[in-house]
Amino acid sequence: MTGKDDTPGRRKGMRLPQINPVWILLAALVVAIIFMNPRFVEPTGYMNFLKRAAPLAILAAGQVYVIVSGGFDLSVGSIITLVVVGSSMLTNNDPTATYWVIPLMLGIGLGAGAVNGLIVCFLRVPSLIATLGMMITLNGLAFLWSGGAPRGYLPDTFRFFGRELIRDVPLVRFIPISVIVLVVVVGLLAWLMHRTNLGRHVHAIGDNPLAARLAGVHVNRVRITAFMISGLSAAIAGILLGGFAGVSTDVGTGYELQAITAAVLGGAQLLGGRGSVPAALGGALALTAIFTLLNVLGLPQPVRQVVQGLILIAAVALAMHRRKLTGT
Amino acid sequence: MSVAETPKPRETGFRFERWAPLILLIGAFAIYVIVALATDQAQYLTFDNLIAILGRSIALGITAIGQTFVILVASIDLSVASLISATAVLASVVMDGSTAMILPAVLAAIALGGLVGLCNGVMVSSLNVNPLIATLGMSLIIQGCLSAFVSNFAGSVPESFQIFAYGEIGPFPLALLFLTGLAVLAWAVLRFTKFGSDIYAVGGNEEAARFAGIKTGRIVILSHVICSVCASIAGLYLASRLRSGAPWIGSDGVYDLESIAVVVIGGTVLAGGRGGIWGTMAGMLIFSLIDSVFNIAGVDSFAKQVLRGIIIIAAVAFYAIRSKRIVA
Repeated sequence: MTGKDDTPGRRKGMRLPQINPVWILLAALVVAIIFMNPRFVEPTGYMNFLKRAAPLAILAAGQVYVIVSGGFDLSVGSIITLVVVGSSMLTNNDPTATYWVIPLMLGIGLGAGAVNGLIVCFLRVPSLIATLGMMITLNGLAFLWSGGAPRGYLPDTFRFFGRELIRDVPLVRFIPISVIVLVVVVGLLAWLMHRTNLGRHVHAIGDNPLAARLAGVHVNRVRITAFMISGLSAAIAGILLGGFAGVSTDVGTGYELQAITAAVLGGAQLLGGRGSVPAALGGALALTAIFTLLNVLGLPQPVRQVVQGLILIAAVALAMHRRKLTGT
Repeated sequence: MSVAETPKPRETGFRFERWAPLILLIGAFAIYVIVALATDQAQYLTFDNLIAILGRSIALGITAIGQTFVILVASIDLSVASLISATAVLASVVMDGSTAMILPAVLAAIALGGLVGLCNGVMVSSLNVNPLIATLGMSLIIQGCLSAFVSNFAGSVPESFQIFAYGEIGPFPLALLFLTGLAVLAWAVLRFTKFGSDIYAVGGNEEAARFAGIKTGRIVILSHVICSVCASIAGLYLASRLRSGAPWIGSDGVYDLESIAVVVIGGTVLAGGRGGIWGTMAGMLIFSLIDSVFNIAGVDSFAKQVLRGIIIIAAVAFYAIRSKRIVA
């Protein structure tokens, strides 16, 4: 969009700072939501919005690692399902079980990610197929574990992360725990991606794996780490979702595509080499804002699908157009 | 990695990639026979039963033939499943039980397929949108539009059109002969026409193909049109088989991901430029044989899903593990 201003005469002069368009989109959407529903400016409005966006944002932040490294992770939705179903089976209404179930679930997420990474690196299966296979397998496992019809509830101690609020906070009145989890996880992942060597290595192997290897990057190790981060973020998202959605075998369905959409909205480049965690957060918030807006407008589910499709295509087409104009 | 001084003599000797689909197919067939004999169910080894096994995967086969074309040009099509639903519904609504409307319905379905393929192709080749995203967005749009209008079985298919799915010529079902004919046609196009060799050239190295004077955009668009038209034929077949169109038949059959899996198991490389129709047909046979093995052995349907995911990964690893390139 800034392409027209890049004519040689103006290049030296005033130039708008580079703002990722996702933030402009998000701002426009938030303004539209406030216009439609003025109560959104109250803490209940935006805190609930953030709470709802938290699982997707965490998922998108993890997905960015895999996308920047040049792959896809389609298995995150099924990890969410497995985590939710598995926790309900394991806790078995026992509140004290939470303390070992949550670490176990995080371990499952890490493990699934590690297996994805190992399959891609050592069996040399393209990540699209590898994680697709993983998705089918894990969904099957979730069915198998629960016998097809998961029953029972998650104890309140488990639902703490997804459901509880910290009350009597000055300024905003209350903060949902899930928003705190969101800030911590995304902050950590952003730091890891943009301030450490690991992040630079992930970018390097996504941009040119051969060059990265010749420069001394342990390509396999970095790739497996990226998949493990994605798996871990899926497990965290699953724990949050278990808190505020019910237990069912399709809680995670569709989340893998939403996570990819969010990352792409944030400017992550498919097939690697470019992408940022904060922008993916912006993408996830924008996507959730779009859904909220459609809800406020009272549009039915099918329209949501159509709009998500159009936005997805438009975002990528616009990004490619910009890249062509700037010649990078 | 090292620059080869002399070109290796490549055509001599045993080329593993070429025979891998056949090896996998023979393996799958051997497992089928062994399981049938071991469980003492020799009635599954009759000719009629083998034909019946094939009959179950006709729609997948037709879709996979189209998918082969797009994967050969290094693209991919995730919109086939929703397109199958859309054309099945469209055809059965247009026919609405009257024999006279068969031709218009078939034409309408194929026109819809052509239009969707054209849009996909233009997005991929002219707007430079990543094919995964473009077709995924298209899939959301089609599914959204479809479910906005239809939520249950719609229209009905006249008796005379059900011949497509249920008719028989001698011992062979008509649809099976149609699939074979389509496969032969596709093979002939890829093997003997200029368009066919252009497809391999574009898939192998798009830039080189462009410098060689191939209109690469046109090839990509045409491949997408072929893929979508194949998907709409699969939709027509399913409408004829179910005697009515339902808006969920495509996504229920997971035709998008399964057709990709079939193509890849058949040895066509996701990066494009290598592979062919007979591999895809072998992949389809492997899939249906595996399914029947599960049925004969009485594997629990959830365990079946788990095994299926593992088999997809294992089958692709069977080729890929020998490749020296870095995959993502």
